[in-house]
Amino acid sequence: MPAQVITITSGKGGVGKTTATANLAVALAAEGSKVVCIDGDIGLRNLDVILGLENRIVYDIVDVIEGRCRLKQAMIRDKKLPNLYLIPAAQTRDKNAVSPSDMNRLIKDLRPDFDFVLIDSPAGIERGFRNAIAAADRVIVVTNPEVSAVRDADRVIGILEAEDKGPGALIINRLNPILVKKNDMLSADDVLDLLAVELIGIVPEDENVIIGSNRGAPVASDPKSKAGQAFRNIAKRLKGETVPFLDLESTGSLWERIQRLAGRK
Amino acid sequence: MTETNSSIQIKGLRDGLLVSLDDAPWEEQRTNFLAQVDSQTAFFKGARLALDVASQVLHVNDLVDLRDQLSERGIFLWAIISESPTTEKTAQLLGLATRISKPRPEESRQFSAAGSGEDGALFLDKTLRSGTRIEFSGNVVVLGDVNPGAEIVAEGNVIIWGRLRGMVHAGSKGNKNAVICALDLSPTQLRIAGEVSAVLKPQENPKPEIARINKDGKLQAEFWSPG
Repeated sequence: MPAQVITITSGKGGVGKTTATANLAVALAAEGSKVVCIDGDIGLRNLDVILGLENRIVYDIVDVIEGRCRLKQAMIRDKKLPNLYLIPAAQTRDKNAVSPSDMNRLIKDLRPDFDFVLIDSPAGIERGFRNAIAAADRVIVVTNPEVSAVRDADRVIGILEAEDKGPGALIINRLNPILVKKNDMLSADDVLDLLAVELIGIVPEDENVIIGSNRGAPVASDPKSKAGQAFRNIAKRLKGETVPFLDLESTGSLWERIQRLAGRK
Repeated sequence: MTETNSSIQIKGLRDGLLVSLDDAPWEEQRTNFLAQVDSQTAFFKGARLALDVASQVLHVNDLVDLRDQLSERGIFLWAIISESPTTEKTAQLLGLATRISKPRPEESRQFSAAGSGEDGALFLDKTLRSGTRIEFSGNVVVLGDVNPGAEIVAEGNVIIWGRLRGMVHAGSKGNKNAVICALDLSPTQLRIAGEVSAVLKPQENPKPEIARINKDGKLQAEFWSPG
């Protein structure tokens, strides 16, 4: 079966596109899928760092496109997960080094050999974003429960609809259930009310995500982390399984849990 | 600087180039035009381009494709001028302008000021998301929401069958009788003719509302009561 090509984008920067890409890639590969992720953020590459593959880069995506190396030479294989590959971005070039048709050609070559191709889009809606969505079968929009991030997600979804890429699926990242409860943060329902698209996952705020990113070991491989569990669930949903959403409120105190249990009866 | 190549006309505007195509088959026109661009790369490079496509009916794929091809040649396509409503709508959805500010003939201006927006309505059966701007010379009807960051500018009335949370300007050419209705009127801003509203608070239980300019010349919204 040819690969499903999924682009992860957001509009706004810093909401967790790269983290989501790395974690979904790890979760999918851990389940046995053959995954290649492509860093679309040419000039500001990060995905290699978060995956812990930075020091193994020899060739990058621009080298492939400009014919300085073969596609296979630019693919870095993960040490722990032999099913996981990365095609890094170039750090010394800019977005204009690649065009949407270049991306289409590259993805066409990758499709037969993989189950999933994940493309990490840069922030913004300019050239880099166009490159990243050019070949996508499906687009995942990442947002935070913040007004500005939701506004940008709305814009991106509008562009995806206009370009016939479908409305996209939504990941709400860094949700803090305690703040939501105190009415200090938008809830998942508030976000969905405005964006009106399919929700594919809610990832709770979790400091292990930052720790994992800094170590180059994405949190999806940590069985104890709640955010890791959320990413593993999203990966399952991408494979077509039905997985119930996490009960994020159970992070409360023991007493609160007992109260809730009592309240349910 | 006017050049003619078969059916393609190129004019210099104050802020870029205006290329006029005619009604010959689109593929042919497109190929000819791109060939011309390729033969004069220095002339076109870095240009801001407005494209007059006459009455060609163009869909999203056509325009996206052309825009990408032009962008690869360093040309920024910012406007599509068309006589076809379909093409106009497509261009607006892609965030391209559909009018360039060139002086209109005097009589047509009078006509649009005199006519109370009765020259038809633009019907959009989709939610308008942030960044979408709809400009129309008549009435606009939306079946869906208007999200924050979306804008509608109409010379006539604007009816939203959904939630209005973006910006709407009705009677944009000065028609003070224009109205704005929505099932939930919680816009970031409303304008009718020259009047601008303060922000209306989102309501707990939204009811249909209609906004118009009252006798005192102020923009006012009230609940819609049937009959």
